[in-house]
Amino acid sequence: MAPATANGANGANGTSSNPTGGLSANDNIRRFAAPSRPLSPLPAHALFNDKTRCFVYGMQPRAVQGMLDFDFICKRKTPSVAGIIYTFGGQFVSKMYWGTSETLLPVYQEVPKAIAKHPDVDVVVNFASSRSVYSSTLELMEFPQIKTIAIIAEGVPERRAREIAYIAKQKGVTIIGPATVGGIKPGCFKIGNTGGMMDNIVASKLYRKGSVGYVSKSGGMSNELNNIISQNTDGVYEGVAIGGDRYPGTTFIDHLLRYQADPGCKILVLLGEVGGVEEYKVIDAVKQGIITKPIVAWAIGTCASMFKTEVQFGHAGAFANSQLETAAYKNKSMKEAGFYVPDTFEDMPSLLKSVYDNLVKDGTIKPQPEPVVPKIPIDYSWAQELGLIRKPAAFISTISDDRGQELLYAGMPISDVFREDIGIGGVMSLLWFRRRLPQYASKFLEMVLMLTADHGPAVSGAMNTIITTRAGKDLISALVSGLLTIGSRFGGALDGAAEEFTRAFDKGLSPREFVDSMRKANKLIPGIGHRVKSRNNPDLRVELVKEYVKAKFPSHKLLDYALAVETVTTSKKDNLILNVDGCIAVCFVDLVRNCGAFSAEEAEDYLSMGVLNGLFVLGRSIGLIAHYLDQKRLRTGLYRHPWDDITYLLPSLQQQGPPGAEGRVEVSL
Amino acid sequence: MSAKSILEADGKAIINYHLTRAPVIKPSPLPPPTKHNAPPRLASLYFPEDANVSDVLDQAEVTYPWLLHEGARFVAKPDQLIKRRGKSGLLALNKPWAEAKAWIAERAGKVQKVEHVEGVLRQFLVEPFVPHPANTEYYININSVRDGDWILFTHEGGVDVGDVDEKAEKILIPVDLSLYPSNEEIANTLLKKIPKGLHNVLVDFITRLYAVYVDCQFTYMEINPLVVIPNEDATSASVHFLDLAAKLDQTADFECGVKWAIARSPAALGITAATTANGTINIDAGPPIEFPAPFGRELTKEEALIAELDAKTGASLKLTVLNANGRIWTLVAGGGASVVYADAIASAGFADELANYGEYSGAPTESQTYHYARTVLDLMLRSPINPKGKVLFIGGGIANFTNVASTFKGVIKALREYAKQLNEHNVQIWVRRAGPNFQEGLKNMKAATQELGLNAKIFGPEMHVSGIVPLALIPGRWEESNIEEFKA
Repeated sequence: MAPATANGANGANGTSSNPTGGLSANDNIRRFAAPSRPLSPLPAHALFNDKTRCFVYGMQPRAVQGMLDFDFICKRKTPSVAGIIYTFGGQFVSKMYWGTSETLLPVYQEVPKAIAKHPDVDVVVNFASSRSVYSSTLELMEFPQIKTIAIIAEGVPERRAREIAYIAKQKGVTIIGPATVGGIKPGCFKIGNTGGMMDNIVASKLYRKGSVGYVSKSGGMSNELNNIISQNTDGVYEGVAIGGDRYPGTTFIDHLLRYQADPGCKILVLLGEVGGVEEYKVIDAVKQGIITKPIVAWAIGTCASMFKTEVQFGHAGAFANSQLETAAYKNKSMKEAGFYVPDTFEDMPSLLKSVYDNLVKDGTIKPQPEPVVPKIPIDYSWAQELGLIRKPAAFISTISDDRGQELLYAGMPISDVFREDIGIGGVMSLLWFRRRLPQYASKFLEMVLMLTADHGPAVSGAMNTIITTRAGKDLISALVSGLLTIGSRFGGALDGAAEEFTRAFDKGLSPREFVDSMRKANKLIPGIGHRVKSRNNPDLRVELVKEYVKAKFPSHKLLDYALAVETVTTSKKDNLILNVDGCIAVCFVDLVRNCGAFSAEEAEDYLSMGVLNGLFVLGRSIGLIAHYLDQKRLRTGLYRHPWDDITYLLPSLQQQGPPGAEGRVEVSL
Repeated sequence: MSAKSILEADGKAIINYHLTRAPVIKPSPLPPPTKHNAPPRLASLYFPEDANVSDVLDQAEVTYPWLLHEGARFVAKPDQLIKRRGKSGLLALNKPWAEAKAWIAERAGKVQKVEHVEGVLRQFLVEPFVPHPANTEYYININSVRDGDWILFTHEGGVDVGDVDEKAEKILIPVDLSLYPSNEEIANTLLKKIPKGLHNVLVDFITRLYAVYVDCQFTYMEINPLVVIPNEDATSASVHFLDLAAKLDQTADFECGVKWAIARSPAALGITAATTANGTINIDAGPPIEFPAPFGRELTKEEALIAELDAKTGASLKLTVLNANGRIWTLVAGGGASVVYADAIASAGFADELANYGEYSGAPTESQTYHYARTVLDLMLRSPINPKGKVLFIGGGIANFTNVASTFKGVIKALREYAKQLNEHNVQIWVRRAGPNFQEGLKNMKAATQELGLNAKIFGPEMHVSGIVPLALIPGRWEESNIEEFKA
């Protein structure tokens, strides 16, 4: 039923704890002092009262919060959870809500420490997994102060479950479970997730005690019993789900004997199941007159005998090995022994009601006035899930979402990203521009990355990366030292070129006017000029881009304009060609303006945000990482520049002279 | 996850391997064995639906060369958890390989009726025949109860063992193994009717067998006949377990999976690697243990899919198809509630029309619920249209921590997918559910079914958990009642 691994991470009920236990100045924290004197021991028939305190073994903030909320609406003075035992450690307190204020629960990494700190604890709710629950329960049983352990895990090996049950019996410890949700004693104590959420606890009136004690196998059905009992009687006195396994630590008889001995409990309810023979022990106790209170009982699984083949029901123990273990036979035997057994489970509520009404009539049960229904503040995250509240978010993200079943890139599930094979260009268009670009456009983005990936070791960015690498720094430092070199001079030509060409084009300057205006302003035209390449010795990279853009783009006006500018500049000097940066820049402008995916404003907005620089940074990172790896591979040592490659020109302060003529080398601006 | 039956071949391999290896609880009267058992001769033959019977048999001769030994005689039988095979004519005794082979070929892949169950024979076991005098046939049974493990033993084993509860000698080994009985106690209780000379040999075997039972976490083991042929001076004996039925505790896989696997590795079975290499890498030294479906209930593809989904997650997902052409289908949350629904359907008189048993619980995710729901819907809509229409119960108790809105999202997604066919098949949908966020879940369910034009009635916690079953199935019951549906 309740896998021990189900934690609060993806649950329905919002967890209120801060997983890191972090505190802030405006927290409203309630602290609870330890009891001033030892509590008087419980009577033998009781496992819990309204002072019971427990440990929760395992990090289960959601279950713990549920227990604390229950305590609060039951008007307990102290929380029922004294501390959390979590052997994987790291954390020392866990912050929980106590009503509207907060409280801190200690988190212990070792059982002995927890025990020593809290001598008043006698119950442990053990959420350990089926693998580790055996060893942890055995450890817990070594401490005589622990009287009751609830084992939530499903799938505990039968041999281990029997060993736990045996040792518990020797030591007088009550085990509830394994494979259970736990149990509940209204007004006193709630084990883990029993009873569901607060609204259900209020609906089933579990905040105050009634007169009906029940034992059920199934945890899910125990909540159903809470509902049935609250609708037909004055409510639940105590309820335990013993768990669906073949060898539960305690069985029906153990708890029914407690209810029999407890004067507060007036009616017993037993919800049995096909499989096992534990119901017969109850029948014996009734026959021998040990149990005298009325028992309303039903064993589920009556259908099993009507199926042609054997069916293993959901519960491991729900399997009849003999006639005796069938539900039908159990129901018949219980009826014969004088239990109140309905004809079908659907008839159980009315039967329970008639038993209750009779007890009211003969004065055994005196219905109590109904207390005011307590209020419990609703958890923020839960209220949010229910759509009851809202608050402004501190952060907004419009590009990706990892909260759902599948990672989304701009709304596109990651599986579609692969199914449609949209490539890195497609992913960039989703994440950078939040839209699918036409295929030729994403292809162009990839092309830019490929062309800008590297430009040899001698350029300043690569140089910095190499030197940093040789200084023994890590990949990120080496990469970043190269990236930090990128700016208006190195790599920044893209942004500059896009800006200048676009401005001139939009102003309607003819290419010649543009070149002239730049010269008048004594400015170089970014994106024009190459160290060695020339009109007759063209840069092949530029040719590739031009060819692609001319073939694929719906419009390439700015490229055409730039090429016209090139005609002007090359007529002055042969190497003043449109270089690769300039070419990429103008083509990119053509792309965002004309591919149809962007409005005019968006296109300008993206350009002014520096998206072109982003392309260069992303592309060049490939090359910078390559240089890092290359240097590492070559095991190069620390670089030191040779003296003879540096000209040393220092002022000689000994040489007297008028101010400004001490022999300092100056560069006049 | 629970105690599950295993193949006879697997059980024998595990016992054979661990008999000399499992640590005994108390020393047996004989000195510890100096060498391990030889690999057992177990030819386990599987005949898949698409395989040629003679190909499988030919391959068997390669894998198990001892089948071809001259003059060897064999026992052949189906290995599919069938009880009392001898009485159903499913046992070929003392046959040369050629005859055993023909006997199997005649039956493999064919439908066989055993008592009142029909099933296809696909798994066979061939072993060397062990000639033995009738008075060496014993019976031993170990089974677990709450307080310990019963060992039942009788010297009159064999096919006609009769009522063993009545005639077998019994001893209860307590859960606390430090209270394990002494050799004398074992001999005095179990071996009363056995000649003294055999006591040491038998006590040694029982001690070792019980050690395997504990070490490998069996929950049931029955050997009949157990053949014990002592040597001259009765210091040891050759022990043969001719017929075995056993169950292992599936939940103990994390403790014993290694032991179950290694005993069934090719090396332990004496199979040379070359004939078995199929390229898959197991997590343990041998193949993971298999838990076959009971005879006559081969897992359908869908059941296998759900079982796989179940094994992979912390949530619990179960599906058993009882009658693929049944009119009544269930999609119920909770181990207890699902049984209550099946009960209610049966007690309303519709056991024969109930198509499936299943449950989902333990906070499955939306997508797990979706896959589960769509599998059930797919099965339901695959069977022909029924003039009386079909009924689908989307039921469940009041959840403790499963988010109803989220699991219902998965169910609704599946309903959307099959909406058209649901109407074609005239499916009535009855919903009852409560628990965390049930209001939202039921509201969404209502909106979706209305939008899709599905015939659905929806109830919350005011309705008894399985109260919708009689309302849906017994004619007139709904019209008479004036119960209100859930209101958002």
